[in-house]
Amino acid sequence: MTTRVSFTPAAKALMDELRIFHGPIMFHQSGGCCDGSSPMCFALDDFKVGAVDVYLGDVDGAPFYMSSSQFEYWKHTHLTLDVTPGRGSSFSIEIPTGKRFMIHSRLFTEEEFNQLPPVRKGNQHSPA
Amino acid sequence: MSTTLFDRPTLKAEYGNYIGGKFVAPVDGHYFDVTTPTDGTVITKVSRSNSKDVELALDAAHAAYATWKHSSVTERSNMLLKIADIVEANHHKLAAIETLDNGKSIRETINADVALVIDHFRYFAGVIRAEEGSVSELDQHTVSMNIKEPVGVVAQIIPWNFPLLMAAWKIAPALAAGNCVIVKPAEQTPVGLSVLMELVGHLIPPGVLNIVHGFGPEAGKPLAQSSRVHKVAFTGETTTGRLIMQYASENLNPVTMELGGKSPNIFFKSVMDHDDAFLNKCVEGAVMFALNQGEVCTCPSRILVHEDIYEAFMERVIARTKAIKMGNPFDTNTMMGAQASEDQFNKILSYIKIGQDEGAELLCGGAPASIEGEYADGYYIQPTILKGHNKMRVFQEEIFGPVVAVTTFKTTEEAIEIANDTLYGLGAGVWTRDSHELYQVPRAIEAGRVWVNCYHAYPAHAPFGGYKQSGFGRETHLMMLNHYRQNKNMLISYDKNALGFF
Repeated sequence: MTTRVSFTPAAKALMDELRIFHGPIMFHQSGGCCDGSSPMCFALDDFKVGAVDVYLGDVDGAPFYMSSSQFEYWKHTHLTLDVTPGRGSSFSIEIPTGKRFMIHSRLFTEEEFNQLPPVRKGNQHSPA
Repeated sequence: MSTTLFDRPTLKAEYGNYIGGKFVAPVDGHYFDVTTPTDGTVITKVSRSNSKDVELALDAAHAAYATWKHSSVTERSNMLLKIADIVEANHHKLAAIETLDNGKSIRETINADVALVIDHFRYFAGVIRAEEGSVSELDQHTVSMNIKEPVGVVAQIIPWNFPLLMAAWKIAPALAAGNCVIVKPAEQTPVGLSVLMELVGHLIPPGVLNIVHGFGPEAGKPLAQSSRVHKVAFTGETTTGRLIMQYASENLNPVTMELGGKSPNIFFKSVMDHDDAFLNKCVEGAVMFALNQGEVCTCPSRILVHEDIYEAFMERVIARTKAIKMGNPFDTNTMMGAQASEDQFNKILSYIKIGQDEGAELLCGGAPASIEGEYADGYYIQPTILKGHNKMRVFQEEIFGPVVAVTTFKTTEEAIEIANDTLYGLGAGVWTRDSHELYQVPRAIEAGRVWVNCYHAYPAHAPFGGYKQSGFGRETHLMMLNHYRQNKNMLISYDKNALGFF
């Protein structure tokens, strides 16, 4: 099935590392100043998603959200969660590792785009 | 211009937190390496604080507040003036440290960052001496008196793009208003504020201003979450902004947020009516996207240009962009320095790629910049211009790098529509020789700051802040004082007679 978001082995390795200390985790794609446009990783439920957010899918079991206003501009792009070295800022929980989650984007093909399932609102999805 | 090459500053081996009027080691003894983006090398270590250090800072701030809240306006004003004098006396030293810490060119840290730090401290020292409360006689026997009181102990989370200046924007009004402050500098750029405290710490009563270094999730989070904090000020991105507001909502705390933008810079047809000094200023205004390597919340990252002048105007903008001199950030001839960190560097490059994938045309730049010599390993990117349309992601998302997206418009109405077609509303630029446009267009733009025939000026005394998802609160102006104060209304009766109810 066509997914909206996938992940690299490096992203999975970092997620596994974080889950040891934080338990289940989640992502929320940020926007705006400084570290905006970067995905933020939190312990599951530490960040309250709501009706203004959309749920794009799971990355290795971790739900990935974005604000619906931002999604309007991102909906035609497939996202790949990856990792880069670098000292990020923000409250994202991987910051102390000296590594930072980042997003690679590519355009969906028309065929892929037509097969995508509709997104759900953030408050309509309760991850297990 | 003659070249002046500044010495690369030398730092101490490590910097602790500044709590209760002195530098203290982190409770658990952990430090983290600080690298300079100019060449990627480690320059010092700073405290890797956690909730224990935050509690110490809160203890110190609350203890200090018991007396600091009674400090006179004169005392606070004079303290801010003395801080400004010492920053001025160390202007070039602090500028060189800021360049080392953040990567930006020394010509900017001298002429913008540190120069404005001095002025903002003096501005807030000045306005509180001129301020007065208000008194209203509501009727013959009843008087309403308004007295401003500080909110108490405030937390300030500082970004890495202008480490000292953004700290000054927040610290100066908070201290002027009579608060005690706990600052969490950005983990990429913690050095400048530590050096500043070495210089000015003795001027400030112990506990009134505290600096806690560390990572956002380890030090920033317990600070923003604390029920012992009475207000939180944040500059950064939207997700963390929302998270901090969630924490604040649990404490019913006020917050101010500055969350970035995607600022339009609009060039009307009349700018090309003459080939004169003003046109030259307009071209420079378009190239302002490269100021501070594009790492500015108000980066004019969307150029909107009238289609009739597109070719002729952009030819000049491209030529001026290509003339941007990159190189040793400590050389006063260098116009653009390094991006602040490796992850930013990689993110910016990924945006240049997605822009081209979406069909944007690369007009110049588009790749890392190779810097020769000792700074070859830093994070340098060529100033980049992409042409496309406003629905593309590079027109909608804050890249926070030296990347501008240009598009054309046919009518004034279309220019306004494109300008406002964004989630954000922090800054905008309007360039025209038409006196009607220069009033009507800025009024129609949904942004907190519209520069008219100028850009990227940040003088104290002109309020700065956002509309829409760019946040709320107005910095660099006396308006900010009320974000750090409560209003005590004393309602006084001069009537000796009972009401007669009971």
